[in-house]
Amino acid sequence: MKRHSFRLYRHYVALNIRSSMQYKSSFMFTILGQTIATVSTLLSLIFIFQRFPVIKGFTLNDVILCAGIVQLQFSIAEMWARGFDRFAVTVRRAEFDRILLRPRNHVLQVLGSQFELSRIGRLIQGIIMIVYGVIKAQVNWTFLKGLTLFNMIVCGTLLFSGLHMIRAGLCFFTLQGLEFMNIFTDGFREHGKYPLSIYGDKFLLICTIVIPYTLTQYYPLLYLIGKRTDWWLPWSPLPSLLFLIPCWLIWRIGVRHYQSAGS
Amino acid sequence: MKKYFSFFRLRLAMGLQYRTAAIAGLVTQFFWGFMLIGAYRAFYESNPSAFPMSFQAMVSYIWLQQAFLAVFITWRYDEDIFTMITDGGISYELARPVDLYGMWYAKNLAMRLSEAMLRFAPVLLLAMVLPHPFRLGRPASAAHFFLFLLTMVVGLLLTVAFLMIIYGLAMKTISPTGVRLFFPAIVEFMSGQIIPIPFFPEKLRKIAELLPFAGMQNVPLRIYSGDLSGTPMVTAVVLQFFWLLVFLGIGKLLLSSAEKRAVVQGG
Amino acid sequence: MIHLENVVKTYKVARRGTGTRETLRAFFRRDYTEIRALDGLSFDIPDGEIVGLLGPNGAGKSTAIKILSGILYPDSGTVECNGFVPYKDRMRYTREIGVVFGQRTQLFWDVPVGDSYALLKDIYDIPDDVFNENLEEMTALLRLEKLLTTPARQLSLGQRMRCELAASLLHSPKILFLDEPTIGLDAASKLAVRKFVRDVNERRQTTVILTTHDMQDVEALSERVMMIGKGKLLLNGTLSDIRREGESLDESLVEFYRQIELDNREEEEDLS
Repeated sequence: MKRHSFRLYRHYVALNIRSSMQYKSSFMFTILGQTIATVSTLLSLIFIFQRFPVIKGFTLNDVILCAGIVQLQFSIAEMWARGFDRFAVTVRRAEFDRILLRPRNHVLQVLGSQFELSRIGRLIQGIIMIVYGVIKAQVNWTFLKGLTLFNMIVCGTLLFSGLHMIRAGLCFFTLQGLEFMNIFTDGFREHGKYPLSIYGDKFLLICTIVIPYTLTQYYPLLYLIGKRTDWWLPWSPLPSLLFLIPCWLIWRIGVRHYQSAGS
Repeated sequence: MKKYFSFFRLRLAMGLQYRTAAIAGLVTQFFWGFMLIGAYRAFYESNPSAFPMSFQAMVSYIWLQQAFLAVFITWRYDEDIFTMITDGGISYELARPVDLYGMWYAKNLAMRLSEAMLRFAPVLLLAMVLPHPFRLGRPASAAHFFLFLLTMVVGLLLTVAFLMIIYGLAMKTISPTGVRLFFPAIVEFMSGQIIPIPFFPEKLRKIAELLPFAGMQNVPLRIYSGDLSGTPMVTAVVLQFFWLLVFLGIGKLLLSSAEKRAVVQGG
Repeated sequence: MIHLENVVKTYKVARRGTGTRETLRAFFRRDYTEIRALDGLSFDIPDGEIVGLLGPNGAGKSTAIKILSGILYPDSGTVECNGFVPYKDRMRYTREIGVVFGQRTQLFWDVPVGDSYALLKDIYDIPDDVFNENLEEMTALLRLEKLLTTPARQLSLGQRMRCELAASLLHSPKILFLDEPTIGLDAASKLAVRKFVRDVNERRQTTVILTTHDMQDVEALSERVMMIGKGKLLLNGTLSDIRREGESLDESLVEFYRQIELDNREEEEDLS
């Protein structure tokens, strides 16, 4: 059964990719647009750091590494959890009925319904920034540092995906005003290019307790660039997975609400 | 003229209907403003002497930027126009007894104005009562405030004139996607929307201040706080007017030549 | 065997005033009105029948279909289809049903129809031999050969409906729900759809539950007609119970609705 689910997911992805290949030029332009945006961001970072070589203990290379990691987390989430991200459309077109009519898990079907390959542009740019940051910030590779990076990427991606899931769950109740959720997704991608500590201690605390961004960004980053060496830092992203529980509950409540209240 | 005014009223009414979306937008803009100020505060604290503006001027810059986002944002096009260009529906538009440039210009102006009208007041009001250092300061002087208002208006006219050039280029190439992606990215950067122009390296800063794009956000926002003052301010205002005339001219030429070709092709 | 007993379903609808004051008030406190979509609906449908569900817009037809297909929970009452409670045994029950919504598609828009079918094979875990056999049969009955390699977005409405019908039958469902399957189709396509549904019902003994506003669909397909109005079953019989001498079916139906309205009014008067 599990094996079948995985095969089905792959099948969904393949169909989505072939669909998007029908629109090659729009695909290429999307990637071009992302590249321009990334170049803009990098240029602004370079200008800022020319003036302020060290900001709250972080150098340009540290920040490029940080921005690259957040960008990668965000773009993978946007790619594979796009079905949740644009769930409002699914609800508006009453396509969720079809999902309920099929003998498969809802979440798997929603994930399968969309796969946004065009996010590959951002994804690759994220990887390039990470590689650049790692080389320039002179990260001494150890197994634990590799593990730290891996944990950051996986947990950060799941954190963003969870936020998309919350937004989708709310779609069952209202379709209006959900733009505010962008604060937590796009907002963190944009402003999380700097290690969160630069915004002050209070903000750092909020971003640990309310939404555990710091666990996938600030704390493991400190280990990665060698600022701190505590044994637990490589594992610090893992507790952020607990955040997926409320995300899943909100989604679940949304589905229940839909089935009991109708659309 | 009456036609354009009624279009403006229609847009405003439409915008008012989506109140929830407007509130969500406000919350988002507030959050954005806070985060930006937070980041700039960190820069400032790391080396106050390297900060090219007063911190108060920076805070004002950010809040005005958020409040008047709809006025200056380069990425907001009139999608109808692009659709018309690609699917050929433009021939209907040309058949109407109105000046194409005037009509499109008014439409885009109305679009931006109506959106800004809904947003700017609450952002500014809230920003004025925030605690230090997040509070929006007062304008530097009455004269600065007056010039701020004037350059805001000219900045809006300039931005729309720039859009008209994009539409004209799109008509000439018939493939709008590349045009609409590439140019606004440059404008966004060079008008100080990503980081204010004073943060640019010295040489680039000098060039940027001469280019037309500075007038599309940087100039009014810096005049408000007095960051731009004295002779440089006068130069900036004159340049802004100059570029407005140039952009209007280029746009009109582009559009009328594209129009002629469209008529010939259509005939 | 489909069994519905005393099924009740109410919707809460937020009542909204106009004007700024009302909107502000609604922001803090919402007033709800209850709408009874199903008000004690009961009926039985034996296996292998074709049943037409009729009723004016808003009568509760689509709510009934949604409950029967497991999309919605009822507030109260008993629902049992082929031994399953649809909304409880969703995973197993949905393997036994096929659903076609005339207004919506279940095909991937930008890939050839055949590729969507291959995905359905994985979704329903259809064994190779069953899938191939079904696909062959459908292709022959619905003349799909050329359509299988065409992307869904390039199909005409009639072609698409043929593909939708096949898509909903690939996993050999025992019950087929058709929600306005002929809406917007041209005459030839309508005839093709009707013929196909009849064929499938005869060959496979598939139970078919059909909602439509097209009386010719009902005439051509349904042995049995069930009329739903105001969430209740008003008639369980055949078309001859509705048909009136010298009038078209549509006219007879309108007259039938009118009489029900009258009956209700008299009832209300009796009560007062």
